[in-house]
Amino acid sequence: MTQPESAASDRRTPLYDRHVALGARMVPFAGWTMPVQYSGIINEHRAVRNQAGLFDLGHMGQVDVSGSDALTFLQYVTTNDISTLGPGEAHYSLLPNERGGVVDDIIIYRNPDGDGFMVVINAANRDKDVAWLQQLRAARSDLNVSLADISDRTGMIAIQGPAADRITQQLTSLDLSKIPYWRWTSVELSGIVAMMARTGYTGEDGFEFYTSLDDVGPLWDALMDAGQAEGIVAVGLGARDTLRLEARMPLYGQELADDISPLEAGLGWAVKFDKGDFIGRDVIAAQKAAGVSRKAVGFKLTERGGSPRTHYPVHVDGTAVGEVTSGAMSPTLGENIGLALVSADVAGVGKPLSVIVRDKPVSAVQVKTPFYKRAK
Amino acid sequence: MAAPKDLLYTKTHEWVRLDGDVATIGLSDYAQNELGDITFLELPEIGDAVTQSEPLGVVESVKAASDIYSPIGGEVVERNEDVVGAPELVNQSPYERAWLLKVRVADPAQIEALMTPDVYDEFAEAAAH
Repeated sequence: MTQPESAASDRRTPLYDRHVALGARMVPFAGWTMPVQYSGIINEHRAVRNQAGLFDLGHMGQVDVSGSDALTFLQYVTTNDISTLGPGEAHYSLLPNERGGVVDDIIIYRNPDGDGFMVVINAANRDKDVAWLQQLRAARSDLNVSLADISDRTGMIAIQGPAADRITQQLTSLDLSKIPYWRWTSVELSGIVAMMARTGYTGEDGFEFYTSLDDVGPLWDALMDAGQAEGIVAVGLGARDTLRLEARMPLYGQELADDISPLEAGLGWAVKFDKGDFIGRDVIAAQKAAGVSRKAVGFKLTERGGSPRTHYPVHVDGTAVGEVTSGAMSPTLGENIGLALVSADVAGVGKPLSVIVRDKPVSAVQVKTPFYKRAK
Repeated sequence: MAAPKDLLYTKTHEWVRLDGDVATIGLSDYAQNELGDITFLELPEIGDAVTQSEPLGVVESVKAASDIYSPIGGEVVERNEDVVGAPELVNQSPYERAWLLKVRVADPAQIEALMTPDVYDEFAEAAAH
């Protein structure tokens, strides 16, 4: 018997009623009903760049990895070098497949007591990732490791923007200046105990919070109240996408896929060949030695003609060389920007591309990324 | 915002006002609200022919590109270059400053296919839920 479609595509986070009360436009996303925008994508985007924004990330998945061989297991199933993580530290990494493609992109947090890890995965990939990790665990019966999908009991929200630190500091006696980027710790905020990480996916400073489902609403309210004077706004998935694109952060299913390698995606910095064996290592190492045939590049349009969008063809001299993976009118830059996966021989900052918008070529030039980098 | 009483409407959320044999065309408030922040308009040139219920151009928002359907057939006689240069006018003033085109109408009887303001308000209300 199969589950009815509605049951699988209409999950709500504990914040659903708050989103509706804020006037959000709710849309289906990866089996959830999530806010795509409240006041408008451009307004929300600018609030995060200039003040602060609050995000419901309750759709994202979390997997606890524990046991005496947890580190050895994660070292084998991810590309980054997890041995470099001290207690309470985190990094960006990838779950590679045996063909040198990518199952998902992830953030791994080492628990502050040094014992065990939490892996944060994309909502759309949750079932696939958990099945994949369970399969690999079963294949490595030599290792003492336990996996627990804790997504259903974990609330996740984020505050991002230049005012995020000031706003959050109002709620806690913990000195936040002692928490650098890529660290997490247990914290009490207005009487709510949460795990707080100085991480995010917007290109701004800020925090991500992991709580029980019961605590996520009160924490959202406390941050919203504390941020009123700073101009905090709720931010939906629409602005989350334009923010991460400006910061050149990949989105799985667009920049990353089962058949796109980390090197092609420009994520070679997150692949550490000298850490020992890992899934797909030989394939990716051979690709590094031979050079990649495709490369992810950033571009901006140099004439009017519409915005670049996912899957639009990319040409050079009238010949197809690849396609757009993400694109948008950048709210910060006021220009049409995008990422494309193209033949390596046409890649290079300053080199031209044409993006085919509704059957018409629109001129573009390759530019350095990220498109936006915050002032330190 | 209730649909202005002096306009007629399509099921695809365009509006039209007929003055003699010249029709002014735009996008409804419901349309701009659904689209969100509008960033680009692709419109026909003066002298181009447009056909009722066929795409006449494209409106882009941050999230998506959508066709604009012509509420009536005819020849484009004027184009609003202000709105082409500042597409956000569609969000700010869909019924006034953000008119898109003026079209010399070939067959005025085509307006019978369009919705009155009261009917359109009900239609848009139902579409919103």
